[in-house]
Amino acid sequence: MSDVQLRDFGWRHAGRRAWAVRGLDLEVRHGERVLLLGPSGAGKSTLLAALAGLLPSDSGESEGTIRIDGLDPRKARERVGILFQDPQTQIVMARSGDDVAFGPENRGVPAGEIWPRVSDVLDRVGFPYSINRPTAALSGGEAQRLALAGVLALRPGLLLLDEPTANLDPPGAALIRDAVARATGPETTLIIVEHRVAEALPLVDRVVVLEPGGGVRADGTPELIFAAYGDKLADEGVWVPGFPAAPLKATSKATPDLVRATRAEVSGRLGPVTIEAGGGEVLAVTGPNGAGKSTLALLLGGLLAPTSGRVEAFGDKRPPHRWRAATLAGRIGSVFQNPEHQFVTSRVVDELALGPRRLGRSPADVERIVGELLERLRLTHLAEANPYTLSGGEARRLSVATALATAPRLLVLDEPTFGQDRRTWRELVDLLAGLRDDGHGIIAVTHDDAFVRTLADRTVPLGAPEPDPLPRRTRP
Amino acid sequence: MTLSFAPVADPSAPLARRNPVAKAGAALLFSLPLIATMDPFTPAVALAVEMLVLPFFGVRLGVVARRAAPLLLAAVGVLITMVLFAADRGGELLVSLGPVDVTTGVLSTAGALVLRIFAVALPGIVVFATTDPTDLADALVQNAKAPARFAIGALAAFRLVPLLGDEWRSLSLARRARGVDAGRNPVATVRLFASTAFALLVGALRRGVRLAVAMDARGFDSGTPRTYARRQHFTPADTALLVLSLLAALLILAASMALGFFHPVV
Repeated sequence: MSDVQLRDFGWRHAGRRAWAVRGLDLEVRHGERVLLLGPSGAGKSTLLAALAGLLPSDSGESEGTIRIDGLDPRKARERVGILFQDPQTQIVMARSGDDVAFGPENRGVPAGEIWPRVSDVLDRVGFPYSINRPTAALSGGEAQRLALAGVLALRPGLLLLDEPTANLDPPGAALIRDAVARATGPETTLIIVEHRVAEALPLVDRVVVLEPGGGVRADGTPELIFAAYGDKLADEGVWVPGFPAAPLKATSKATPDLVRATRAEVSGRLGPVTIEAGGGEVLAVTGPNGAGKSTLALLLGGLLAPTSGRVEAFGDKRPPHRWRAATLAGRIGSVFQNPEHQFVTSRVVDELALGPRRLGRSPADVERIVGELLERLRLTHLAEANPYTLSGGEARRLSVATALATAPRLLVLDEPTFGQDRRTWRELVDLLAGLRDDGHGIIAVTHDDAFVRTLADRTVPLGAPEPDPLPRRTRP
Repeated sequence: MTLSFAPVADPSAPLARRNPVAKAGAALLFSLPLIATMDPFTPAVALAVEMLVLPFFGVRLGVVARRAAPLLLAAVGVLITMVLFAADRGGELLVSLGPVDVTTGVLSTAGALVLRIFAVALPGIVVFATTDPTDLADALVQNAKAPARFAIGALAAFRLVPLLGDEWRSLSLARRARGVDAGRNPVATVRLFASTAFALLVGALRRGVRLAVAMDARGFDSGTPRTYARRQHFTPADTALLVLSLLAALLILAASMALGFFHPVV
């Protein structure tokens, strides 16, 4: 049990001009369960880090006061547990039980009490394996459950969850939601940051909306907040329930195939698949984790050779994986799940100019293409920035823009909307719909039901034996 | 993940069961004294002893051979360097390759060096093939009094290493997708490699920082004396292993002196 008291609290990271959080007055009492909302950049994650005592006093400037049970958070660390987004960077040990024991060992819990505590907390989060299960063999959702168990093993009075499901697919997110619900009793104060509101709503009884400029915009029960501020929040990128996106389906017929895979197979990763995609359509590839969706995206993107079967594209006799990189980039654009994997240069403008230069476009052309893309994807103010310093939404927009710079007719995207707020999501969907209507072919591997409902003209569920029938397609 | 957790050794084998610190210490105590001499006899005997001990570690010869395979490269390198550049061209002339005379003296010096590489490296290979990294870190902290911040931190970092392989693959694919390839240009190949390596490094650093924050959030920096959920015991049998290893090394050296093979490095 812990309570939180903020008086005019503010924090500015060293070297930044703007305050990450400012003028915040907030009181959270014992056992309350709070969802913290606000558009990106409102300082939600900074606030959680401050509460967890993870902002060393020399890493920035603070004002006002922040107290947990009357203590400075840096002195109240034993009362606070925090769960981050990425399970991969929270798991410390090679065996599951050892990982849960890591926290209690650090805090000097007597050895005899550690193992009973470990098995108790693993039961509470519904961890289905033995304590000897290698952590490397866990799925994302299972690993995040384990990370939650590791935090709960320290019996925090205040539990902070920083977008705990953002890196997980829907089944993994459901695992975490259930685990939090099962494992936290009324004696735990809970503060969640999550922009997929529907995920968090069953867990909370109070919603606090932060204002980007500083302070609290609204505070109350979920019903009251969403009735009064729902549409504004949705505009600002929060996934508020009850604001479905209008469908954007193709208005014209698809043109003949741009790419076709015939019984293409990658041993151990993807069973034989026959699939084709043409211009002027959005094809969604869905299916559970492990069905080989990302592998299929690599195959169709000309980045991987099939171990058997064939992939043909653009009427070329050679399969796409044998093309020169410049040829490939001019025909098929690939957008990876992790945008950072895609960045090659150290400035946003260079990043956009790279593809067209490799294709031998004239300097004037390159400049024009870069200017247009910056404008179109609202990146102009970031032209000189380093791609690695962009926010999640900006990095995603840039990764799509880099693929568009070489004007490929076919675009292959791997989980393009993963972890994006509603605003970036909307921009992406509009952009892809526009490209489709201009005659581009778009293949998207995705878990995102809203994306499929809104945009997909055709869906191929992977793991199922045959693709859907093709009612809207005409063969030449 | 590409790391295989399949056990490579029978964990109940009498020497595999020993305390990890004792095993690592024994490997050092056995192989370090061998460095004192340049002759081929001493490392040959040491290798023979190592082969005799191998079954007690419960590790199959095939596994050791596979892990030792990279040493072959080093061995070939030594052989070529010695044949080309050795100053001592004594002994019988075997072949004359242009300006290079290959003599028995050259070959015996090269052979001794190659044997030395294997004799010194093999104990380490066997110890790491039979030791769980977690047990090693635990034993380093509990028995060798290594700082936990160092040992457990290194262990956590070690767990992220297999991810680098996957990351390298996706970085390379992403570069191809962006229209970047080196073709047949060797300069472009080097530049592409360097830029991919840099991106890998940046990614690894960011992940490392995130992991460190998560570890501190779970009290790794609490300053409270740590307790140990897994006990590592250092028994008289472990002491005996250390003593016997040193004795064996000294005996081999003594034998090589007595038989007149001993040839000090300096």
